[in-house]
Amino acid sequence: MGRFFLVKVIRELSGMILTRAPKLCNFVEWRGYKVVYKRYASLYFCMCIDQDDNELEVLEIIHHYVEILDRYFGSVCELDLIFNFHKAYYILDEILIAGELQESSKKTVARLIAAQDSLVEAAKEQASSISNMIAQATK
Amino acid sequence: MKGPSLMDSLFQRSIDDLIKSLRLTPPGTEPAFIAKAIEEVRREIKSSDPHTKSSALQKLTYLHSLHGIDISWAAFHFVELSSSAAHSHKRTAYLSAALSFNPATTDVILLLTHQLRKDLSSPNAHDVSLALSTLSSICNPDLARDLTPDLFTLLSSSKVTVRRKAIATVLRVFEQYPDAVRVCFKRVVENLENSDLGILSAVVGLFCELTENEPRSYLPLAPEFYKVLLDCKNNWVLIKVLKIFAKLAPLEPRLGKRMVEPICEIMRTMGAKSLVFECVRTILTSLSEHDSAVKLAVGKVREFLLEDDPNLKYLGLQALAIAAQKNILAVVENKDLVVKALSDSDVNIRLEALRLVMCIVSEDNVMEICRILISHALKSDPEFCNEILGFILLTCGRNYYQVIFDFDWYVLFLGEMARVPHCQKGDEIATQLIDISMRVKDARSQLVHVTRELVIDPALLGNPFMHAVLAAAAWVSGEYIKLSRNPFEIMEALLQPRTSLLSPSVRAVYIHSAFKVLMFCMHSYLRLNGDNSSFPSALIDSELVSDVEVDDQNMIVTNGRPLSASSVTDHLAQESILALVNLAEINLGPLAGSNEVEVLERSTNVLGLIKLIKPMLLGSLDNGEGDQTKGELKASETVKLIFDSCSEDLGPISVNAQERVLIPNGLVLKENLDDLEEICGDVKLPLLTSFSLVRPQFPEASSNVDCQGKEESEPASESTSLLAEHWKRHSLYYLAPGNTMATSNDYPPAHDPKDKVTDEAEDLVKLTEKSIITGKTPSQTKPRPVVVKFDDGEVTNVATNRTETKAVLISGAVNKVILGDEATAPSSSRRKPPKSRRVTDESSFGIAKIDQSEHSKAGLGGSKHHGHGKERRRRSSAKDKEHDRKDKQKSDKHRSRHRADKALEAQAPVIPDFLL
Repeated sequence: MGRFFLVKVIRELSGMILTRAPKLCNFVEWRGYKVVYKRYASLYFCMCIDQDDNELEVLEIIHHYVEILDRYFGSVCELDLIFNFHKAYYILDEILIAGELQESSKKTVARLIAAQDSLVEAAKEQASSISNMIAQATK
Repeated sequence: MKGPSLMDSLFQRSIDDLIKSLRLTPPGTEPAFIAKAIEEVRREIKSSDPHTKSSALQKLTYLHSLHGIDISWAAFHFVELSSSAAHSHKRTAYLSAALSFNPATTDVILLLTHQLRKDLSSPNAHDVSLALSTLSSICNPDLARDLTPDLFTLLSSSKVTVRRKAIATVLRVFEQYPDAVRVCFKRVVENLENSDLGILSAVVGLFCELTENEPRSYLPLAPEFYKVLLDCKNNWVLIKVLKIFAKLAPLEPRLGKRMVEPICEIMRTMGAKSLVFECVRTILTSLSEHDSAVKLAVGKVREFLLEDDPNLKYLGLQALAIAAQKNILAVVENKDLVVKALSDSDVNIRLEALRLVMCIVSEDNVMEICRILISHALKSDPEFCNEILGFILLTCGRNYYQVIFDFDWYVLFLGEMARVPHCQKGDEIATQLIDISMRVKDARSQLVHVTRELVIDPALLGNPFMHAVLAAAAWVSGEYIKLSRNPFEIMEALLQPRTSLLSPSVRAVYIHSAFKVLMFCMHSYLRLNGDNSSFPSALIDSELVSDVEVDDQNMIVTNGRPLSASSVTDHLAQESILALVNLAEINLGPLAGSNEVEVLERSTNVLGLIKLIKPMLLGSLDNGEGDQTKGELKASETVKLIFDSCSEDLGPISVNAQERVLIPNGLVLKENLDDLEEICGDVKLPLLTSFSLVRPQFPEASSNVDCQGKEESEPASESTSLLAEHWKRHSLYYLAPGNTMATSNDYPPAHDPKDKVTDEAEDLVKLTEKSIITGKTPSQTKPRPVVVKFDDGEVTNVATNRTETKAVLISGAVNKVILGDEATAPSSSRRKPPKSRRVTDESSFGIAKIDQSEHSKAGLGGSKHHGHGKERRRRSSAKDKEHDRKDKQKSDKHRSRHRADKALEAQAPVIPDFLL
């Protein structure tokens, strides 16, 4: 499977996809690959795949990803992804590795991400204490 | 520059601040804002406080992924931050690295090796998965080689998440460093039996990608996959297993037999469309000989096509396209739905339907299909309309018009296509018009009829897309004017005032065609009158033969229309000829002052000719006196000569014709031209467009055999007398029959096809025979006209050779991935530092051994591996020696060697011969 383009603006592709009316099929041929895209409100998710990959499966994966994002952010919207682009990437890393689907259970992904976040929170608290900052600055 | 101050780190802009202010920036000032932000980041990134640094990196990553800012200069900082103990910083750093590093060009990747190794063996599962994700995105051969042992350990990790990710990452490592296959493969295979769905899914996914390239190597694992196919209930896993089987089944027919039932079962019972579609695709691509399964699959495809969901329609059409390769009936059965899809609102679906329609074109239905398509073209948008026209032209023109039986119809159809309002395929239509006129003699009369309609219509001249077609039409009208009913009409059309709308190059063709028409009329006129008086007897004698020939052709071709011959005669009254000449003079006169050289030159030619013949015509009108007769004779002689040179048929000539011309002794061809070859070497030769201006008379050289091919209608006696005559005059240009051709010292004229001797002619005969055989259909009553074609095989061979070598290269690389082909091993080991070199030797030693063991027990591909095996053994013994030589320094690698050996021993029983 090809690489995932997460809301990353590839001009060529967006030109092709945005001009397509709703209720058309979700596949576009592009440079010998196929691009599967799906629109959720104002968000487009595109995935570039090989000719013999299963398009419907890819649509399901996109949906899977969106559902997880939705759970994590609580009805996800464009701003969530813009301000938390790194988190979107981390979640994606839990779902796909080397282009292959990794985790088909939404619960597991949610659990893993929560665990990582708690690690980050702990570190943040430590880092943002004033004493720590002063220690850093006066070093 | 100074490092960041305390203020900087205290009041650093966070990523949120950056994004917010970036979104508030008025449009147009963004680049300036970004440049300023980057400047800030450059300062912050030098901070020793990991928090400040991490925020800076995050901002950079944001700017990189959304605004495409080049951040390669910061690569070192990513590496630096990745060693932070805090998970949050680590993950920022790894994310930046994964997004921005280029495995091939980023140098600092190597600095990441140590940190990655440390994280891969970290007790914190999150750190490990972070490292794995990063490795899978930025893996290069060096990283893959150095981290293979760590990955090997992780493959049996007790933590499911880690193991799953390790398995997936292995794919990238294998791709970059094929020797890793030897170390890790066995553990990967063991995981196939794991009960955890996540792990199973990862392994199956891995094999799905691996089988893509070199399926044969995975045939022994078929039983395991089969078990998954039967037991697994997860759709996503099943889809991948089906993909694996789609690749394996063609290699082993018995496997297909066992797969068919479970796959059909899944297709019948499962509701998930993605899975059903995968089953359909698997059956249509790999199990197409199982009729009942194919029937079921095609039934499912029909269901897809009947659905409202555009995705299913699109995929259904694609599935039919797959089926069409082996089972054209499947498409024909669903023709109604395919044709319906031609008017779908989605252009992708329409295109897919169009491709499908073009696959089912055959001699029997080409007319019907073209009719349907053109009606669709007329009512669709310009873009798709041209898409349709392009497809029609391509399909009908394929392989020398193989599907066309009735050329009269096709020629009419070409004219119709040219008149489609949105048509922009003028160039292709023009090419085919001219091509058919040369190749298919029988189509010429109809062609002249069609081109007349085009040339005569003044409305078409205003459409620039039509100009190419008009040029071709004008050329055909001029070239085959003798088949025209009314040359005067054509002349008027060619000289009509609206031709000023044409581009100069097209106009030049028009003028030249007018010239030819004029010549023809003059000649016919002279011949009719000449029979009575003015032709000198000597002239008639010497040209008599060819005259008869022309006349005969005229009669033969216009047979069906009694009108034509007489009408031509009617028009040849002196007055009308004079009117014609005047018409030409009046219209072309102003053009003699044209700025365009082509137009100027051609019109001057015509005017010059008119100057020459006009006195003669006027003279004969005046009932010429004695001294005028001389001038008249001269003029008529000139007309004769020019007409003869114009009336020779143009024919297609093989692109290879030149090669067959013998190079005369003493002619140095290569000198000074060698350099050109480099330049011209990769210019693709045009296949059909090279025509010579000389009459292709070569068949005459080898008598009646060839005449069947080209001039069937001629009686044999005539052809032999012609031949004798011809031989008498032109024997100089022929090579000695039978004998070696080196005797002649004369230069053969450069593109004289007469020099093509028997073999060429035989080729022709063979080819025409072939064309007749392939084009044979019992349903047609009319015989298919002969299409002249040449053996252009050499040219296409060159092309295919090129692609073949490319394929060989690719498969070589694949072998490297799977088998670790030794041919490449030395080159890869040369680059490596000595420490890791041992690992290479170790593993390539392993390969040799595996190959032997496989070879000895291979039941499947035994014969295929034979030669290989021996060579491998020889090579492996060489490797053994090298291995011994290095024994002294190998104390520290005992562990890994032991591991590899164990892997080998264990691997043999893991591959049961399920199929035998």
